[in-house]
Amino acid sequence: MEDKLIISGVELGSRLFIGTGKFSSNAKVGECIKASGCSVVTVAVRRIDFETPEENMLNFIPSDCLVMPNTSGARNSRDAVRIARLAREAGCGNWVKIEVISDNKYLLPDNFETVKATEILAKEGFVVLPYMNPDLMVAKALKDAGAAAVMPLGAPIGTNRGIKMKEMIRILIEEIDLPIVVDAGIGRPSHAAEAMEMGAAAVLVNTAIATAHDPVATALAFSFAVKAGRLSFTSGAPVPWQYAKASSPLEGFLDSLN
Amino acid sequence: MAIVLNGKVFDTTCPVTIKDLLSLKEMNADRVVVEVNYQIIVKQDWNSFLINDNDQVEVLQFVGGG
Repeated sequence: MEDKLIISGVELGSRLFIGTGKFSSNAKVGECIKASGCSVVTVAVRRIDFETPEENMLNFIPSDCLVMPNTSGARNSRDAVRIARLAREAGCGNWVKIEVISDNKYLLPDNFETVKATEILAKEGFVVLPYMNPDLMVAKALKDAGAAAVMPLGAPIGTNRGIKMKEMIRILIEEIDLPIVVDAGIGRPSHAAEAMEMGAAAVLVNTAIATAHDPVATALAFSFAVKAGRLSFTSGAPVPWQYAKASSPLEGFLDSLN
Repeated sequence: MAIVLNGKVFDTTCPVTIKDLLSLKEMNADRVVVEVNYQIIVKQDWNSFLINDNDQVEVLQFVGGG
């Protein structure tokens, strides 16, 4: 059976999503997307600085990629809805990553406002992927509100600390009948593989690629890790065991020399 | 006459259409979005919609983000 990731009826060619922030240049973003073969990329919506205008990020994203604007900068559900509507009008389709953050130290998402925004935007026809603090009841509320997938954080944004929320994410994967896309905190390809081995549907990586010494090679490494982790999950990795179990036969030994 | 453009006071002759305002700012209008007083103005209306004195205008585009 083919192992396809389908979100809101769209078949995605890769389980690696890439964020486009913090890169040394926009051109580097395009190179990383191509190297990794990722099929979903996130962007942000910002005021144009008329004094020093920068080129639109969309010009650097291959046309076969699905662009998912985020609502970064939103501090409540009203802001998130406003930004999502602006993003759709700017011509990027109807996918949106809801991000509602009012905590400046850890940048943790406001789950309550995220549910509110999800409900409004899903009703307006958006394909909503909310970034959330992994909590089973909130994930259920997001599903009921019309989310197409949920995006629990592995660790706070930009920390590169790995899947610190592992147990809660495991519960979401087990209990929520939606794709679980682990977002934030993934700092190394091994973290991505770990999330995929747990059964995550996909991972979103930004800082770890953008700030690497060689972002293009790192993006490629992440793509391998995501594929390996997924294959490990679908192939049925054996369960851990407390005591040793010999791999070599326990018979036919030579007599021991004393 | 002045409007508030992306959070800064901008002196211009009002009323002005969105299309003319973007030309004035030498902006490539491709894939930008415009909001006037919290209302999105769709591209088809950029030739006709008039920005008036004291209006709050936002011109946005996509940048890198995670």
